[in-house]
Amino acid sequence: MGDSVYTWAFPMIALAPLFAALVIFVSRFFCPFPNKKIASHLAIGSMCLAFFFSLLAVINVADTQQAPRVFNFTWFELGTNALQLGWIMDPLSSIMAVMITFVGALIFHFSTAYMGKDENYQMFFCYLSLFAAAMLGLVISNNLLLMFICWELVGVASYLLIGFWFYKPSAAAAAKKAFITTRIGDLGFFIGMLWLYSETGTLLFYDANGMGCLEQSAVAKMVGQTTMVGMTVSTAISLLIFCGAIGKSGQLPLHVWLPDAMEGPTPVSALIHAATMVAAGVFLMARVYPLISAAPPGVAVSGGLQVVTWVGTLTAVFAALIAIGQYDIKRVLAYSTVSQLGYMFMGLGVGGVGVAMFHLIMHAFFKALLFLGSGSVIHGCHHEQDMRRMGALQHHMKITYLTYAVGTLALAGVIPFAGFWSKDAILHYAWGWEVSRLPFFIGVFGAFLTAFYMTRQVVYVFYGKVYRGDESHMPEEVPESMTKPLIILAVCSIALGFLGMPWLPAFQAFIEQVPIEAEGNFGSTAVFIIISQVVVGFGIAIGLAIYGVLPHEKPEHPDEAEEHLPNQFAVLRDKFYIDELYERTVVKWHKSFGNLADTLDRKAVSLGVMLVSFVALGISWLSRFCDDYLINPGFDEGCKRVSRSGRFMAKLQNGRIQEYLRVFGVALALFLLTLFITGR
Amino acid sequence: MSWTIYISFIGMLAVLLLPPRHETRARWVALVVAGCGLWIGFTGAMEFGGGPVVKELINIPWITIQKLDSHTILPELTIRYALAVDGISAVMVILTGLAATAGVLFSWNIEHRVREYFAFYLALIGGVYGVFLSADLFLLFVFYEIAIVPKYFLIAIWGSTRREYGAMKLALYSFVGSAFVLIGMISAFAVSGGHSFMLVDLAKVQFSADFQARAFPLVFVGFAILAGIWPFHTWAPTGHVAAPTAVSMLLAGVIMKLGAYGALKVAMTMFPEGLLYWRDTIALVAVIGIVYGAMVAWTQKDFKFVIGYSSVSHMGFVMLGLATLNEVGLSGAVLQMFSHGIIAGLLFAVVGRMVYARTHTRDLDELSQMPLGQEMPFAAVVFTIAGLASMGLPGFSGFVAELQVVLGAWKAFPLYAVICGAGIIIGVTYTLKAIQTVFFTERTGDPKLLELPHITFSEKLGAALLIGASLWVGLFPGYMLEHLIHPAFETELFEGLRKEAGW
Repeated sequence: MGDSVYTWAFPMIALAPLFAALVIFVSRFFCPFPNKKIASHLAIGSMCLAFFFSLLAVINVADTQQAPRVFNFTWFELGTNALQLGWIMDPLSSIMAVMITFVGALIFHFSTAYMGKDENYQMFFCYLSLFAAAMLGLVISNNLLLMFICWELVGVASYLLIGFWFYKPSAAAAAKKAFITTRIGDLGFFIGMLWLYSETGTLLFYDANGMGCLEQSAVAKMVGQTTMVGMTVSTAISLLIFCGAIGKSGQLPLHVWLPDAMEGPTPVSALIHAATMVAAGVFLMARVYPLISAAPPGVAVSGGLQVVTWVGTLTAVFAALIAIGQYDIKRVLAYSTVSQLGYMFMGLGVGGVGVAMFHLIMHAFFKALLFLGSGSVIHGCHHEQDMRRMGALQHHMKITYLTYAVGTLALAGVIPFAGFWSKDAILHYAWGWEVSRLPFFIGVFGAFLTAFYMTRQVVYVFYGKVYRGDESHMPEEVPESMTKPLIILAVCSIALGFLGMPWLPAFQAFIEQVPIEAEGNFGSTAVFIIISQVVVGFGIAIGLAIYGVLPHEKPEHPDEAEEHLPNQFAVLRDKFYIDELYERTVVKWHKSFGNLADTLDRKAVSLGVMLVSFVALGISWLSRFCDDYLINPGFDEGCKRVSRSGRFMAKLQNGRIQEYLRVFGVALALFLLTLFITGR
Repeated sequence: MSWTIYISFIGMLAVLLLPPRHETRARWVALVVAGCGLWIGFTGAMEFGGGPVVKELINIPWITIQKLDSHTILPELTIRYALAVDGISAVMVILTGLAATAGVLFSWNIEHRVREYFAFYLALIGGVYGVFLSADLFLLFVFYEIAIVPKYFLIAIWGSTRREYGAMKLALYSFVGSAFVLIGMISAFAVSGGHSFMLVDLAKVQFSADFQARAFPLVFVGFAILAGIWPFHTWAPTGHVAAPTAVSMLLAGVIMKLGAYGALKVAMTMFPEGLLYWRDTIALVAVIGIVYGAMVAWTQKDFKFVIGYSSVSHMGFVMLGLATLNEVGLSGAVLQMFSHGIIAGLLFAVVGRMVYARTHTRDLDELSQMPLGQEMPFAAVVFTIAGLASMGLPGFSGFVAELQVVLGAWKAFPLYAVICGAGIIIGVTYTLKAIQTVFFTERTGDPKLLELPHITFSEKLGAALLIGASLWVGLFPGYMLEHLIHPAFETELFEGLRKEAGW
């Protein structure tokens, strides 16, 4: 296909779902006959179309291997400059589009059954399509402003979808919290964007004549300048933009909204809060990588990348610790998402775009799988989300169990599942980072935690002898329209990882548009694999030892790791003395640290937010007080004076205040006039 | 385009001449007149090709004051009946047409003294058109005063909560503002020693810097009072609350713009040096207005007060845009006038017509007890859209307008641009709070349905008109900016200002 075809076909990736959203919206309010099925078919159909176009784009990009192709057009004149918007077709955008449309279509399909009985079924698909359109627009835009626009739109769609069951107070609160928290990050993004615009005069990433804000000349100019605090301008701007990414991707300290966002319907959690939207922050950083990685000569790693790495590393381990202490099946996954996003940022910092994107895409598949799996579990257990009220589901929901297991192994990083390859690539680069090796060790520790909390979850949900929920309603397998997406995603979670094997990193090479080249030699790579597998195995083993050996029997029982039953001690003492050691030291320490982190999360950060809002509210009340008791009475008093004098005047002659005011005005004018005239 | 003025007044007479029992006919006349105004304005604006054109519509001598004898210092004076339209006027005329048409649609339910209502309504519209089209300062002032009177009666007779207080407060603030303007206007005329009140002539006069520094605040504040500039804003919330729905829409949509328009086209063009002198103060006051208005809106318990104070906040952006003195900021200010007119109108329509007229309460606590989200899905959707547009969601007009203002401010006052960002976040907070408390509250048990009257067709049409306008400007701002607003700043009138600002 020639370029001319892409000029219209490429933006169709985002426009098709937008069109679907509009049609569904209009038909919801103006269509005389029931149209539930039409809405979902339209939504799914538009996603399939978008998938087709993005696949074409990937093939074309892989085929031509040339500089990013851009399609720019003028939106409006901004002062003397033209504000150009545009689309960009490069490996980054096309591969993201493929992932979003593929996972999106599966999740849409899943939702037809999951939301089948909801009264607002059409609106759900309308919002989903709107979200998909905005997300795809974000991915394929070649302009920071257009990206910001779509960035805000995905925020709105996420707000609408989290609060979809708005009559649940927690859902309404969570929706608001999510929107506001991410907007705080967006403020930084916005200011960074203004700054970038004033420095470079354009917000286009790439331009046909090399004048884009991410291209050589602009970046070189910004690296050359230094701000007041000694940072280069490029670093300062990219850090401001990073604020937006922190908010959207739930990194420390703005991660608080993401677990709460699980109040939305589970397909929403899968699509928005696991696979796509929360990864937008990583994508944004990958997009502005030329800017953030630009360092003045003599500096190996730019300050921006260092910050990104540390924030990511800390978040990865922090969230993983919290995940250990959760009982809600979706909350465990939510914290795990936060943690994995931390890995992506870490990967971006230490290894560049290729590694980070590899983990992003792999994570999207297996995390969507896990979330849909949890949705299937929740559906099967009649809307129960507490893991303590589940158990033994492997006997009741076979397909869900098997696919969930695949997702767990992928997330935990067991060879050869997808998550293994991508997480190992990040750790591999972390080992070789010039600045410090600490991220590597923290990352390995996080991998251990991941294996541990996922084991715990699987044991709670699927293993054990009895179902601990309501026994009159035994859980049952979900319908085929829900299991099918699970199976497809499970297959992807196994197969796709091979695209980025360290001996043949085709994926990374595609993203960075370099020839395929193995990382390190065979021996060192093998050592890394062994290390990571030992760590992961350790995590799983400990998890199994704690939760698997003596399964939970009553939902009221405390968590096994919390309360050491004597029997468990005996078993442990008999078999693994090392485990006992861990039990007393590491696990206990883990657990209390997890609790501490959880408390910190809940209390300290929330307290901070509350404090700020109270102060703001206080000032607001003060302002209102001023208005009601100072400015208004001042005015009223003035009026009273005027009317009093008016009454006085009225004794002389009947008249109206307005007329006197008018006379007063004219007199004043005449007075001034005479002043001016005589003054000349 | 001058016909926008004439048909409004003819329409007013026609409504008054109708027999009293033909109330529906009065509504139709008003609708047709408002619709024609919109059509004339729109087609008139379409004729603008993009060059720096001022179209003179009419220019005849109106009042001539002869020089009495050789001793008088006052020169001979001709006040001209001159109407002209440039890009900015055209934008404002379109806005007036839109707000007026939507306003008639949203006042279809007025039952009390219908003919008088629409007569005053059309008189108000006529006056507003007159201000936007006047090319002579004196004529502008006359129309400005004409617009004040019907406003007072509309609020005092058809208003609600504390309507007399609100009406009087609004009228007094307006008159005080006019007094300031009048003083400034006459002194400027006297000092210039010219023979005409034409805006273009006055803009050409080189006033001394000292005089400009003293006269500018007088005229600017005189106009800006009506634009709700902090701390002279308190008429706006009380006035908006007291007014009937359509008048709230016009107040926020058009009347506040009269002030901003006057500040831009009279004060700033006449006294560019004065503007330079006072610029920092204006910007500071504007930013205070943005944050202050947003914060006060956050704490309100009355639904309409929330919107009233949000108007103060959004008009702060207009003022800030004017103070930036660069092309981006000024274009943003003009676009923000348009955008706020549309969006605030829509918000007031939902609050006043859709919610208050049905539930008879505006108390947020009481409204939160009603399942309005289920009873009035259309109102809920419209208010959500309007709220999102108001908080600057891309795709709607507010975003492109506020973006330009902030971009302009970033060049002139970077710190203020950052503070504006904070103001935008508070804006999100209070708007979401209002949306959730009124429409999306938790379901406690089985709420009893209120059986409110359905949303009428005229309401749906009005809402669609305004949403469409906001989307049109938000998605294709190029048309307005490149054909109307940018060329307008190239005209002779703004020459002095351009020179001072250095572009």
